[in-house]
Order: sequence, then structure tokens, then C-alpha cells
Amino acid sequence: MTFGISMLVVFLALIGFAAFADNINPPSGMQQIDPTKVSQTPPFDKPGLHRLPDGSYEAYYVAQVFRFNPATLTIPIGSKVTFYVTSADVVHGFFVPGTDLNMMAIPGWVNQETHVFRKPGEYLVICHEYCGIDHQDMFAKIEVSQ
Amino acid sequence: MTPPETQVRNENRVVIAHIYTATAAIALGAVFGVFQGFARTSVFGAPTWFDYYRILTMHGVLMALVFTTFFITGLSLFVTYRSIPRERRLAVAWFGWSLMLLGTAMAALTILHGDATVLYTFYAPLKASPWFYIGATLLVLGTWVVAFEIFENVIFFRKSHPGQPIPLVVFCATATFVMWIVATLGVVAEMGLLIPWAFGWTPGINVMLTRMFFWYFGHPLVYFWIMGAYIIWYNIIPTRYGGNVFSDGLTRLTFVMLILLSTPVGIHHEFMDPGISSTWKMLHTVLTYGVAIPSFITAFAIFASFELVAIKQGRRGFIATVKGLPWSDPPFSGAALGMLLFILGGFGGLVNASYSMDSVVHNTIWIVGHFHVTVGGPVALTFLGAAYWMIPRLTGRALWKPEWALFQTRLWFFGMLIMSLSMHYAGLLGAPRRTAEVGYMGANVANTWEPFMLLAAAGGFFLFVSILTFVAVAVGTLLQNAKTESMEATFATPAEPAAATPALLQHVFRWGALALVLAVLAYAGPLGELLRHPGYLAPGMRTW
Repeated sequence: MTFGISMLVVFLALIGFAAFADNINPPSGMQQIDPTKVSQTPPFDKPGLHRLPDGSYEAYYVAQVFRFNPATLTIPIGSKVTFYVTSADVVHGFFVPGTDLNMMAIPGWVNQETHVFRKPGEYLVICHEYCGIDHQDMFAKIEVSQ
Repeated sequence: MTPPETQVRNENRVVIAHIYTATAAIALGAVFGVFQGFARTSVFGAPTWFDYYRILTMHGVLMALVFTTFFITGLSLFVTYRSIPRERRLAVAWFGWSLMLLGTAMAALTILHGDATVLYTFYAPLKASPWFYIGATLLVLGTWVVAFEIFENVIFFRKSHPGQPIPLVVFCATATFVMWIVATLGVVAEMGLLIPWAFGWTPGINVMLTRMFFWYFGHPLVYFWIMGAYIIWYNIIPTRYGGNVFSDGLTRLTFVMLILLSTPVGIHHEFMDPGISSTWKMLHTVLTYGVAIPSFITAFAIFASFELVAIKQGRRGFIATVKGLPWSDPPFSGAALGMLLFILGGFGGLVNASYSMDSVVHNTIWIVGHFHVTVGGPVALTFLGAAYWMIPRLTGRALWKPEWALFQTRLWFFGMLIMSLSMHYAGLLGAPRRTAEVGYMGANVANTWEPFMLLAAAGGFFLFVSILTFVAVAVGTLLQNAKTESMEATFATPAEPAAATPALLQHVFRWGALALVLAVLAYAGPLGELLRHPGYLAPGMRTW
């Protein structure tokens, strides 16, 4: 029991250290958006990849039954990309299997997470929250190029 | 004062109604469950008429909400009636059961009709028929009536036995329902938003508010199940090996800690959500770690109880202690194998609750593996084992085919181990949960998890056979005439010499009030943050 409780404290210290020292935090976007007007609201009126002056990227995704927009995206290997995701209807998920790029797309909110793809190849983006009858068909692709 | 025999028979009837409703729920739930396991594999797939999500909704609601709840209400009424013998009327108890059954029937028919394919989390803005939400609310309100029946008996006991502590087993059941009342306030509040919206009286729904209310309820819901299993582990299982409760005070402390710590943890289900800042996510991580402590105490107390018996019987050492336990006794086998599964469940749970680590497993099938090895492991297996103990004491009939009962608990253990480990591993590879097909047009990453889907389906099939066996024994016992020796139910007593339990630990209702204060404190921050962002209402739609 003593061992168990000490392990709890050790785990908490490690997670806390990762959070504060290395800035490893879960996605917690605080920006809001009208879910009924996503297609008219910049920058979600033009979803896709945008290059910033400092060389990093922003990727804007709209999740809606039963697809992601953009459906495919090519990202240069090793670049830092901040993904912004919102939903135009019900709750969706945004998850790239094999990575920790994982967040919920909630109507009314913009969620965000930064990720660096270090291995080239084709990645799946899947909706991992049940969203309706064709939920299993809701996925997109990311090509990480050399 | 001994109540008349006819009254005891009537009390038993109420409990039988609860336990056999739970049996019906697990039987139906298993049929729906085994289909899903096979549907998710690419080898078997699903026929075109098969509505995976409707079946999944039925499976989740029947197993997580109906089976567990009816079993815990039945068990708690049973231990209360047997520990506090008195003349009593049973109108309230029957009313509670009827309300629960009516709610269940409304929700189930709505789902089967295809008007509520929203899974058991019913996340807005998926918009189900209002009758689904009303049915679920009635099920909860029915449990409040049962809680009232238990509390009324506790208050009677205190008045008629001034200065005496409430019997330990009744204390545990009461604590379970005190926690349950605090927790279900969240889902009732959520229903207050969902029902008018589903009728079309309000134009939209605040999605994040419904999620926060849901998880305020959703995590303590799992502790409600665990507390049901702990009632059995502490009070009933020691009687199967001639042992004692290790300590009266430590048991009460465990249940008081569970009252306090079960609720203020729900945001660890929303780590990947927007609209909740990382401060509150970190706070709930720390609090979730706190609720692991009563489980550590339980692991210690149970093993201490095993050891005391071994010492009394002159067996020394770990192996002799374990070997001397009644592994062929179905109630013990169910509980003990359940405890083994809980070790796996506890480890996984700490991963899920770990703030940043959750991003590897959130909404993957790892999570499904986790809750099957918790609610489907220690909880369900303990309940099925305890049913073998209760049913003869309720019906006066000897258990039909006890060797089948033993086989059932062992098959469940192996089936669950295979299914859950496969799900955990497939989840680490990235396979999502609650998705009808996970092949993704032959994508490479999907091929890595396919073999584990097949293994999980095989485990699920063993579980299905196990439940059929349980139903055969439960129903077979009713259909034959062999009498049981005694319908007496005895509960474990503390080992001698017992230290007096501090009076502070006796006040179960006051601890409930404190729990509510703690819950309000833990949610004031995130809730206030959400309400400061008035945001947009989602109109909602039906996407199935």
C-alpha cells in the first residue's frame, strides 16, 4: 500500500514535470466558432495547410458527417504543424493512429494540437468518436514527404 | 424482533425481481455483444441488414446501466433487509423497482425502434427521441426510491439502537447509495437540458455543458459498480473461507473515501476536449490518483484477511495462503478471479487518468479493453459469483449444477483476459473504439490491428458461452425442486481483537454532504470557465 501510494506520487511528479518543463499538455483549444457558419468563417472557409513566416505550418480541418476537409494533405517531414479542428455538426474525433495526435472536434469550439511528423509515409486521420451511421467511413490521409 | 416468515418471503420476492431483471439484462446484452466482436473482424464482417451502432447502443445500455444497477439495488436491499430484521411494508421497494423497469423498457424500446442510436454516452448534439432520455431519467429516479428505502431502514436502526454503529454491510450499501445520489445529480441536470431540446422546445444545446454534466456522473458511475463489488468482497467473500473482515474501521474508511473521491474526477474523460483549460485537467488528474488509494487499501485488507485465515489454519507463506482458499467454490471463484482482472484494470486506469499519456489511448479500443476488465471483470464476475450465493438464499432452492457455475466463472476469466488484452494491444496500435469496421480500405496501419480484432472476437465468444451458462444455472435453479439447507445469510465480522471504530467514520450521510461540497469545488473552476464562454448552441441532428 505504501509502495502503491509512493508510486502514485512518482507518476504524478513525472507527468507534472513533463507538463511544466517540456510543455506536454493535452489539447485545450479555447477559441469559439458558430457551428452553423463554419464554411463561411475564416480560416475554416479555406481548410488546408498554411505556411507561416517562421517556417512552421498551420493545418485547418473541418469535421462533418462523414468526412474531413481536407481529405488529403501533404506535409514536409520534420516540420512543426499546429492542427486546428472544428466540427460543423455533431461531435467527431481527430486521431492519427501511431501518434499521440488525438483530439475531440466539438461543434462550437476550435481544438488545437501541435505535432511534428518525423517518419515519412502515409498516415490515416480517423474519426474516433461515433458520429452516425457511416462513422466508419470517416477518415482522411496525411502524406509526410521527404 | 423477528419479522413473520411471510414477510421475509415477500422481501425475498423484491430482491428476486431485481436480481432476475439484472439476469435478463446481461443475457440480452451478451447476445448483442457477441455479434459486435465478430462484426469488427474483417474475416467475418457483418451482413448488410446488421445495424452495428443500434446493437452497440443496446449492449452498452443493458450491460453498463441496466445489469449493474439492478444487481446493486437488489444486493443492497438484500443485505439491508437481512441485517435489520423488522416489520416493514414493501410498497416503496416495489415502487422503486417498477420505476426502474418502466424507464428501462422506455429506453430499450426507443433504441430497438432505431430512434436512439446514440450509444450509452448519448453525446449531444446527436439527437435521440425524447422518450429515450425520459426513460433513462426514470431509471435513475427509480434508484433514488430504492436509496430512500435503504436510508429509511438505516434511520430506523439508529433510532431503535441508539449508540450502536450501523451493521458493517449495511454501512457499505448505504455509502454506495450516498455516493450514487451525489453522482446522479449530474446526469439529472444533463437530462434537464436534453429533454426540452429533444422535444424541440429549445433551439439548441450547449454541447460542452452536457459533456461536463455527463462525466460528472459518468466516472462515479464506475465507482458505483466497484463499490457494489467491494460490498461483496468485504462482507460476503470471507464467509466462504471461514475468514473475517480484516478491520471494521478500515472498511468504513474505504467506503468513506469512495464517497468523497469518486465524483470530483470526471474531467479525466475530457482531456482531449476543447473549452477546458489544462489547469482543471491537471487538477482532476491529481484527484483521480487519489481515488486509487481506497482500492490499494482494499487489496491490502483482502490479502490480510486471506493471511489471517491461513495463519489460523497453520498454513504459512504466500503459496500455502493462496492454495488454501476455496477455489472450487463458485462465489469465491467469481470474486477472486475478478480481483485478478482488477489488477490489470487498475494499471490501465492510471494510464488513462494520466493527463498527457491519455493522448496515446483516448477513444482507442484500449479504453474498451480497460472497462471490460473493470466493470466486466471484477464487477460483473463478482456479481455473477454472488448471485450463486444469493439465489439459494432467496428461493430456498439448491443451486442447479454448481459445477457449471464454477466452469462459468473460470471461462469468464479466460475469455475476458483474451478479449481485454487483445483490445488493449490493438488500441496501442491505434484501432478506434465504437467503429463498425476498422479496415480503412486496407490501410497499412489497419492491417496491424486486424489479428487482434479476431482474438478479441474469440474472447468475446467465450464470454458469451459463459453468460449462457450463468443464465442456465440461474433459471435452472428456479425450475427444479431440490431444497437448499438453509436460507440464512451471514455476513463477515471483524477479526478479534478488534479495535473500536472511530465514531467519525459512522456518519455516512454527513460524509455525503461533504462529498457534494468537494464535487462543487472541483467543478466550480471548469464550469465557471465554460459559462464565461457563452458560445454557440448546436442545433443537433439525427445522423443515423
